[in-house]
Amino acid sequence: MEHLELFFKSIFIDNMVFATFLGMCSYLAVSKKVSTAVGLGAAVIFVLVVTVPLNWLLDQYILQPGALGKWLGAEYASYDLSFLSFIMFIATIATMVQLVEIIVEKFAPALYNSLGIFLPLIAVNCAILGGSLFMQSREIPTIGLATTYGLGSGIGWFLAILAIAAIREKIRYSNVPPALRGLGITFIITGLMAIGFMSFGGMLTGGDEESKKETPEVVERIEAEKEAIKKETGAEHSQSIADNTIKVVE
Amino acid sequence: MGLLSKKDTKLITDPLADNNPITIQVLGICSALAITAELKASIVMSISVLFVLGVGNVVVSLMRNIIPSKIRIIVQLVVVAALVIIVDQVLKAFAYELSKTLSVFVGLIITNCIIMGRFEAFALGNGPWRSFLDGIGNAAGYGAILIIVGFFRELLGSGTLLGFKVLGDPIEKTGLYAIGYENNGFMLLSPMALIVVGVIIWVQRTRNKALIEDH
Repeated sequence: MEHLELFFKSIFIDNMVFATFLGMCSYLAVSKKVSTAVGLGAAVIFVLVVTVPLNWLLDQYILQPGALGKWLGAEYASYDLSFLSFIMFIATIATMVQLVEIIVEKFAPALYNSLGIFLPLIAVNCAILGGSLFMQSREIPTIGLATTYGLGSGIGWFLAILAIAAIREKIRYSNVPPALRGLGITFIITGLMAIGFMSFGGMLTGGDEESKKETPEVVERIEAEKEAIKKETGAEHSQSIADNTIKVVE
Repeated sequence: MGLLSKKDTKLITDPLADNNPITIQVLGICSALAITAELKASIVMSISVLFVLGVGNVVVSLMRNIIPSKIRIIVQLVVVAALVIIVDQVLKAFAYELSKTLSVFVGLIITNCIIMGRFEAFALGNGPWRSFLDGIGNAAGYGAILIIVGFFRELLGSGTLLGFKVLGDPIEKTGLYAIGYENNGFMLLSPMALIVVGVIIWVQRTRNKALIEDH
């Protein structure tokens, strides 16, 4: 059940592009044609599914405070290597991308021809590193869930780039103000799509519950309220993940 | 200009307007959008990128002749990652609250395309001093957009700037709120960042027709 929940949550509610703006650069640069957008989207799903679980293992067994103690013995339990996570994650991603490229080229030349040129681009796509960093900061409890999270986020990104590419192909025939053509209108469309995607926010929590929970914290100041809502939704996520942990422990 | 020749000055001033990394080169969008709900976060982010890009450009430029071109991406990533770890640790030590607000986006400076983009496009082919200027210029252009977006989102969204209530107090109904002004909470939500950047692009291209794209 939690797999399904996390899966839909990472596709729609925490959509990489619309909720956290990850991978925007390639999202904007490679969305002129649907066919190339599909290629890049597929490559992103692929790489996220591989790297998120790998980085989960790294995080659990090397990077977390005390993680070394789990398998190296008690004298290593006091080490905290979490400051190394950026460099470890990016190294894993760069290596995996290279490896995936070589393997795909060897065993699936047809796939390589369609994905090939996008794979090197992906090493520096923020969606990939962002997937791992969010996996770390949301404390996803099991490797299975981490894989689901990677798959869901990848599919979310794929949907986003597919949608914008289709819109951009059509908008060519519209009479856009000259100064907005190209980049400007793409930004604004993405903004409108992001507003649309915000409506998925009520899908898992149920709107009423959320606002009741907020009230005690919010009364004091209006601007504090706005921030509180933002933090609250953040807390909401980690809370539901925490709930998952409890279920898994049980 | 004794220190900077005309060409060098151009390296700094170009990215500020006509070759802006965000609105023209389309680099480094992700972080520009996610953390601009507050002016303070935008400023800290700009300074972090200024540091990483300035120093990183120099380091990569110094190493440009010894990096084999096949593994250059990994080498560049390691350089950036090391610099970003420094930034992250400094932020955690001296501005813990802020580093919580920026959360993963400090880490995402590593994959900020602006950095890799400038390494690839400039530092690999130019000397350290010019690369440094290019880094500073581009980071400043990036910071300028971030600060403009942060300014408007914080001002219109919560009526404050850097946390100071410049429009009066919404609870006690002073200042603008006395005559019925309301904060536009929508500006604090993430989609508005996209629309604000879209409008900035619109304004910039209306003023400079040469930048208009065909589609």
